Amino acid sequence: MNINATLIGQAIWFALFVFFCMKFVWPPISRALDERKQKIAEGLSAADRAERDLELAQEKASANLKDAKDKASEIIEQANRRANQIVEEAKDQARAEGERLIAKAQSEIDQEINRAREELRKEVSALALSGAEKVLAREVNRDSHKQLLDELAAQL
Amino acid sequence: MAASSASEYIKHHLGNLTYGQLPAGYERTCHGHDQTLNDATWTFACNAQEASDMGFAAIHVDSMAWSGGLGILMCLLFWLMARKASPNTPSGMLNFVEMIIEFIDTQVRDSFHGKSKLIAPLSLVIFCWVFLMNLMDLIPVDWVPMTFQWIVTTFFGWSAHEAYFRIVPTTDPNITLSMSICVFFLVIFYSIKVKGIGGFLGELSFKPFEAGSTLGKILLLPINLVLETISLLAKPVSLGLRLFGNMYAGEFVFILVAGMMGTWQAIAAWPWAVFHILVITLQAFIFMVLTIVYLSMAVEEH
Repeated sequence: MNINATLIGQAIWFALFVFFCMKFVWPPISRALDERKQKIAEGLSAADRAERDLELAQEKASANLKDAKDKASEIIEQANRRANQIVEEAKDQARAEGERLIAKAQSEIDQEINRAREELRKEVSALALSGAEKVLAREVNRDSHKQLLDELAAQL
Repeated sequence: MAASSASEYIKHHLGNLTYGQLPAGYERTCHGHDQTLNDATWTFACNAQEASDMGFAAIHVDSMAWSGGLGILMCLLFWLMARKASPNTPSGMLNFVEMIIEFIDTQVRDSFHGKSKLIAPLSLVIFCWVFLMNLMDLIPVDWVPMTFQWIVTTFFGWSAHEAYFRIVPTTDPNITLSMSICVFFLVIFYSIKVKGIGGFLGELSFKPFEAGSTLGKILLLPINLVLETISLLAKPVSLGLRLFGNMYAGEFVFILVAGMMGTWQAIAAWPWAVFHILVITLQAFIFMVLTIVYLSMAVEEH
């Protein structure tokens, strides 16, 4: 256990190692650690920001969705209204058309009735006339009784 | 076993491999023959007496080699990791190194409030290096010395009892005191750098007993000077001897156990080694923390 020049030798080792670590070990590692710290801090704040952005986006999305729903229901309502209107219109049209057709048919029927009646009248008067002629062939002078016959035909 | 009795075994294990200068006319018995040196000679000491006769002009080759080797290993590891260091996700060994660095950085920031590029790497080196040197204590006491003994007896013709070899540098007071003296010089350097020579000497002269008048200051000066100088000098001595004492005591127990129990030493050495893990870490930590504290005291006004 002698004190000797080992003291000096060890001091040289010590100085060498401290110098080495001071130059080549501590600065790069501590720089890396600092940079990482900063990166993590930035990452955390970015995450915060992103969270806030997400919240905003979600709010916006739900607002948009609500808007769209409102619009859609409005459109559906409009469409329903329009459909009802169309149906009503179609009904009215159909009714009118039906009435028109009925009226037309009625008038045609009336015309036919009138024509038939006219013809019947003509035929009856002709028949009556021919019958009367046959009956009254001798007694009735067509000319002298012409006024009477005309009156009769008019009455028929 | 190299030594015939337990006490010789222990003494042998506590001797360093010493390379130094023996004076001219020195009579020695070495490598099995007697000789008288004609000139002052640089050689390995053959026994404890020779090692102490070499005086200051000697060096503990084993302590230097192990402390240097472990220091280089540590620097290499840190250097490799420092090259890989990046702000991205670390992995494997780099994680571990970063953990140590953060730990030391926290310690330094907690105690040292000045600005210094030196103190953090200094603490890193002290903690890791001292820890590694202490760690050698956990290698069974005979493994490396026996290997060394086998090599020198087989290839270099040494006698077995001349083969001194210790692998725990921190059980050598030269090593621990050298480091604490370096710290001491740093303390003085920082004191003078921050407070100036006047401030530094003033702190030595006018504290802890303070006086208002000039006469009082002069009267109190001698006692202040003595007290403060002692407390200043006590720092490196206690710092170095604390580490040395703890490690020496731990090593001594291992050697004692090995000397008494031989092959069966593991039964007693293992529990002691487990306990010693705590001691080696704690002593490395204490050495580092005290260094930081002394340096922060140096740069702060009292």
